[in-house]
Amino acid sequence: MLQYLALAAILFAIGIFGVLTRRNAVGILMSLELMFNAVNINLVTFNKYINPDNLTGQIFAIFVVVVAAAEAVVGLAIVLLLYRNWRGIDVDRINIMKW
Amino acid sequence: MEGETSQVIFYLLSFVIIVSAIYVVTLRNIFHSALFLILTLFGVAGIYILLHAEFLAAVQVLIYVGAISVLIIFAIMLTSQLANKEIKQSNEQVTVAIFVCAGFLMASLGSLANTVWKLTENPLPEDNTLTIGRLLMNEFVLPFEVVSVVLLAALIGAVVLARKEGA
Amino acid sequence: MLENAYLIMFYPLFAFVMIVFFTRWKEKLSSHLSIGMILLGFIHSVFVMIEMLARHGQSYEKAIPFLTLPNFSLELGIFLDPLTAVMLLVVTIVSSCVQIYSLGYMHGDPRFSRYFSYLSLFTFSMLGLVLANNFFMIFIFWELVGLTSYLLIGFWFEKKSASDAGKKAFITTRIGDLGFIVGILILTAFVGTLNYQQVFERVASGEVSATIVTLAGIFLFCGAVGKSAQFPLHVWLPDAMEGPTPVSALIHAATMVAAGVYMVARGMSLFAGSATASLVIASIGLITSFIAATIALTQNDIKRVLAYSTVSQLGYMIMALGLYGVDYAHGHHSAGYVAGTFHLMTHAFFKALLFLGAGSVIHAVHTNDIQEMGGLSKKMKITATTFFIASLSIAGIFPLSGFWSKDEIVASTQGHPVFMFFTLLIAFMTAFYMFRLCFLTFTGKPRHEEKYHHAHESPKSMTYPLMFLAFLSIFAGWVGLPWLHHGFSSFVFHEEVHHAGPQYILMIVSTIVAVSGIGLAYLVYYKKKISADVIAEKFKPIYTLLYNKYYFDELYDAIIIKPVLGLTNVLWWFDANIIDGLVNFSGWLTVKWADAKQLFDQYVVDGAVNGAGYLMMGLAWLFRYAQNGSLQFYTLIVAAGAIGIVIYKVTPEGFYYYLAGLLIMALSRLLVRSLRTERANSGAKYEG
Repeated sequence: MLQYLALAAILFAIGIFGVLTRRNAVGILMSLELMFNAVNINLVTFNKYINPDNLTGQIFAIFVVVVAAAEAVVGLAIVLLLYRNWRGIDVDRINIMKW
Repeated sequence: MEGETSQVIFYLLSFVIIVSAIYVVTLRNIFHSALFLILTLFGVAGIYILLHAEFLAAVQVLIYVGAISVLIIFAIMLTSQLANKEIKQSNEQVTVAIFVCAGFLMASLGSLANTVWKLTENPLPEDNTLTIGRLLMNEFVLPFEVVSVVLLAALIGAVVLARKEGA
Repeated sequence: MLENAYLIMFYPLFAFVMIVFFTRWKEKLSSHLSIGMILLGFIHSVFVMIEMLARHGQSYEKAIPFLTLPNFSLELGIFLDPLTAVMLLVVTIVSSCVQIYSLGYMHGDPRFSRYFSYLSLFTFSMLGLVLANNFFMIFIFWELVGLTSYLLIGFWFEKKSASDAGKKAFITTRIGDLGFIVGILILTAFVGTLNYQQVFERVASGEVSATIVTLAGIFLFCGAVGKSAQFPLHVWLPDAMEGPTPVSALIHAATMVAAGVYMVARGMSLFAGSATASLVIASIGLITSFIAATIALTQNDIKRVLAYSTVSQLGYMIMALGLYGVDYAHGHHSAGYVAGTFHLMTHAFFKALLFLGAGSVIHAVHTNDIQEMGGLSKKMKITATTFFIASLSIAGIFPLSGFWSKDEIVASTQGHPVFMFFTLLIAFMTAFYMFRLCFLTFTGKPRHEEKYHHAHESPKSMTYPLMFLAFLSIFAGWVGLPWLHHGFSSFVFHEEVHHAGPQYILMIVSTIVAVSGIGLAYLVYYKKKISADVIAEKFKPIYTLLYNKYYFDELYDAIIIKPVLGLTNVLWWFDANIIDGLVNFSGWLTVKWADAKQLFDQYVVDGAVNGAGYLMMGLAWLFRYAQNGSLQFYTLIVAAGAIGIVIYKVTPEGFYYYLAGLLIMALSRLLVRSLRTERANSGAKYEG
């Protein structure tokens, strides 16, 4: 079981890294998807090895997938909006959240 | 799939997942990143199969690989200049971010190793997919409906957000 | 009927949801839906009452778990006992009357449907508050009630005074609610449960130390102080009169402000566990009651007089409950508990009636100032009659309902001479100011011809509720007749029945007090034998003090609002002089560092002055560093912090390495930045 969890941890760490460093807003969204996947791997793993009697983990993973889809849709809409208003989606340039 | 074979397959898949995930977050060309994201997602689907979550694997392929990735590629095409490959794709926080992520990784791997897990040998239900369907329509019908409303709301929200002013 | 008593609170919620989502555009439908639902709730409450009577007041509890943690769990549930049943009836009756009345009063208002949706939401929250079976739930509904009160006070938000009053009510009660939540946290931490019955059992069994009981009691009471407008947080209630008058009747006279009293009565087993807390409660009640009654003597705004009267009567109830707690802590049962709850009920009816009557008057003459009224009884027979009945009731005249409950309150002060003296004094003042109001409004010559001329009786939808409430103001008190052996006191009681029996001396005394108050008002304002102006002139300092409501608002302005503003100014000054000075200074310093060769150059002075221009960009790098506006940077900080916590949980030593690493990186980046900035600065200087 540990190898699955380790894989999930690594994937999650890579996702965090991406969220923190990607300059492209779409890149950030993609990194978020990586993190969602890491979480899902965890859920499914725990389901199989710790509580296999019911499939709550997998059900939950399905919900996570759906929410991830919703997040992607809204996120990409926001990206489009950003693109329209800032002529680009480089989040480094979008730094009006100060003072 | 038990024993040696599944071990080998797991390590292969992990290798693919990790390498392509690293490409996703580091490649300069965002379009290539998206392609590697698809590869990663496929890998994760493989992991699901290894974990006897066949339905989830199918969902993963359908929704992530089929829908979300296409959406992302759409967004890339709409927003980025593909020609402009030399644009720096990561910001100046890279060192700190690597450090933080490494810290996270060590902490989580450490705690993985140190935790005493209450493992069971019970197998998953044989008719996985059937059980999931039953659960979704009985025990989890309320969350199921709620999540569909969430999806609808997201859809409408996206339309409202993305439509042109006054259109 | 008890099993599904929770439905009572969902009827109005249903109305609220329906109005907001579906029927908002159909005014008539919305209002009728709202009224229909509350009537349904009323009928259901009647059945609950009948069943409660049938089971001789045995309580009923039903709950579902909401959040289960090890050692602690929260639940959602209902708790029904006679007190709850009485409150359900009171709330639904008053709410029905007010909603029907509002049909006429709010007629033609552009936000008619919204008004009814708010009323429904309020009724839902109030019923939920009454039905709750634990402190967690009561707190939720407590806040909901506060929210709807805010919405309704500021209903005419175009008027600045109304929106200000809404904010004032919200913020003032919030101070009390802070105490309330602290009390709840104390209970959580030291008692380990929030369920009423369990808390009371643990307090009674002595598992909880006396200090904790006292602390919890006093903090919980803070909530009641805020919500029931007790001293020193009473200032919001009179201002709340900016809302529509039916709202004042429903929320700020009959139900919401009674929530605090209800909470004290509900938590009596807790409060009575501590003599200190009980004494605090009783004293606050008395002080409030006295202050409010004296202020009410001098006010000229019809609704404000009633508002202060409400504050005063609430103080009465709180005092009676507190005195019961004191007696209980000393080991004997007194009439206080019954008195407080009984008065809570009767007061709800006659005070709602008074407010609705006042609303009817305001509706007719379009002013709140009683100096511009007079002689209205000729034009508004029903309003005047019902108003007089309510005034007689509140003054405590035999045999109206106010008489019986007020009598109980006086009886509960037995053994506390100071309290008794002031109680009688307040009763006298109450009778006086109520009849001052009556005589000035309804009798004598019209003081404002034009307004008098336009006055007319209100439509039926307004007068019928008045008549119904007048009926209740007369007879509702009869359930507590001292001769009844199975009256109110043997239905709503705390732990054991305390049946005082008729006390004729007290009755006579309180009647004399009330009659003399009315008589004085009669002489001054009806016969004009004694000139009010002369009295006011004679006791000018006192009159001014009272007229200005003891300067409470000014006091709060001076000790809270002014200091906060002052502090703001100080901080601004600090910012403008010290911080900017420092930054200026460092600007100057850097220029020196950057260009040591020209140290003594004229540019030094110039540079310091120019430095002001790029000081934010250049040398306030430290502040800018934390506020660079990049979301990703903020995310980085958040992630670093969260991961830090994770690491600390796993290996505390590792955490220090992590911290050290982060610090080194941050410092090195700062260094790089400052070098870069310095270069930029020196470059700029050459340009300058």
